[in-house]
Amino acid sequence: MQIGILYSRIRKDEKLLLGELRDRGHEVEKIDVRKERFGLDSTTANVDDLDIVVDRCLSTSRSLYATQFLDSYGVPIVNTPETGDICADKAKNSLALARADVPTPATEVTFTKEAAMESIEEFGYPCVLKPVVGSWGRLMAKIDSRNAAEAILEHKETLGHYEHKVFYIQEFVDKPGRDIRALAVDGEPIAAMTRSSDHWLTNAAKGGETKPFDLDDRALELVERASEAVGDGLLGVDLMEVGGEGSGEYTVHEVNHTVEFKALDATTDVDVPAKVVDWLEAKAAAAADGEEVTA
Amino acid sequence: MTSDTDPVLAEDPITGEEIELPADVEVGEIIDSPVTGTELEVISLDPVVLEEAPELEEDWGE
Repeated sequence: MQIGILYSRIRKDEKLLLGELRDRGHEVEKIDVRKERFGLDSTTANVDDLDIVVDRCLSTSRSLYATQFLDSYGVPIVNTPETGDICADKAKNSLALARADVPTPATEVTFTKEAAMESIEEFGYPCVLKPVVGSWGRLMAKIDSRNAAEAILEHKETLGHYEHKVFYIQEFVDKPGRDIRALAVDGEPIAAMTRSSDHWLTNAAKGGETKPFDLDDRALELVERASEAVGDGLLGVDLMEVGGEGSGEYTVHEVNHTVEFKALDATTDVDVPAKVVDWLEAKAAAAADGEEVTA
Repeated sequence: MTSDTDPVLAEDPITGEEIELPADVEVGEIIDSPVTGTELEVISLDPVVLEEAPELEEDWGE
């Protein structure tokens, strides 16, 4: 097959993927979005003969635009721009999960610091303030007091660009020092791990310690439903245990659409890139058969 | 004569020192300079050209 990879930076994750694709004899077209032009009818990128393109853009804005352009040319692409649009924005992500009745932390969005302050006071302390676009735990604030809230809101209003004037405020979930990352394809988990830290942010990118995790029936159901809520695809579903470790009750705080999997590959016995490529091959075959790529 | 397993040699664009890259290095890949720890991007492989990698931007991530 001829498989395209949209990228702007080759991380370890992309390297694992490229290695697996080439080992299986696929022709890989690397598309560096920084070098291409995307017109209304065509692009300088060599996409005409590709069976499928997988979006691995590190930059969210580039990912969202490039996937929309390729989709408009009729190039099968995963994840779809629709899924990317929901996952890239925490407010849209929360709305999609709530619409699908997937348990997710209580969240409010406000547009002024005065309204944000009201929201924060109503949530009580601690609560959490997040940028609507961003990753790896960057610019997230656990707010412990009114004084801290006032300072953070003033900084965001004064120093941030317009997206920082969308205040995304969330209840603080008292998780048991860990959260869970499940990698799933169209709702079917490939592997899962916990990410533990003494810090309230447990992201692997923040240095959280990772261990394999067996999803129980409830977690499996939530991963499937969370995936479906955002339009399915190759996704990282993040869950927190509520009521303590091993309680079997979860809340889903977000779904990631250009998911990193190197930590999961290193942590578990699962050959993650092989599973991802199995799925890509199936998606490409389905697209060749005329099925719409829905993920 | 080189083989697929031979390391690739390149010039560190910051210090000018010769550094070793993995044999399977890719265009677009980010390498930590063994000299300064700076992130370097592989711009081309023939010839091997490295540049200082772009700064992390706010919308980067998953």
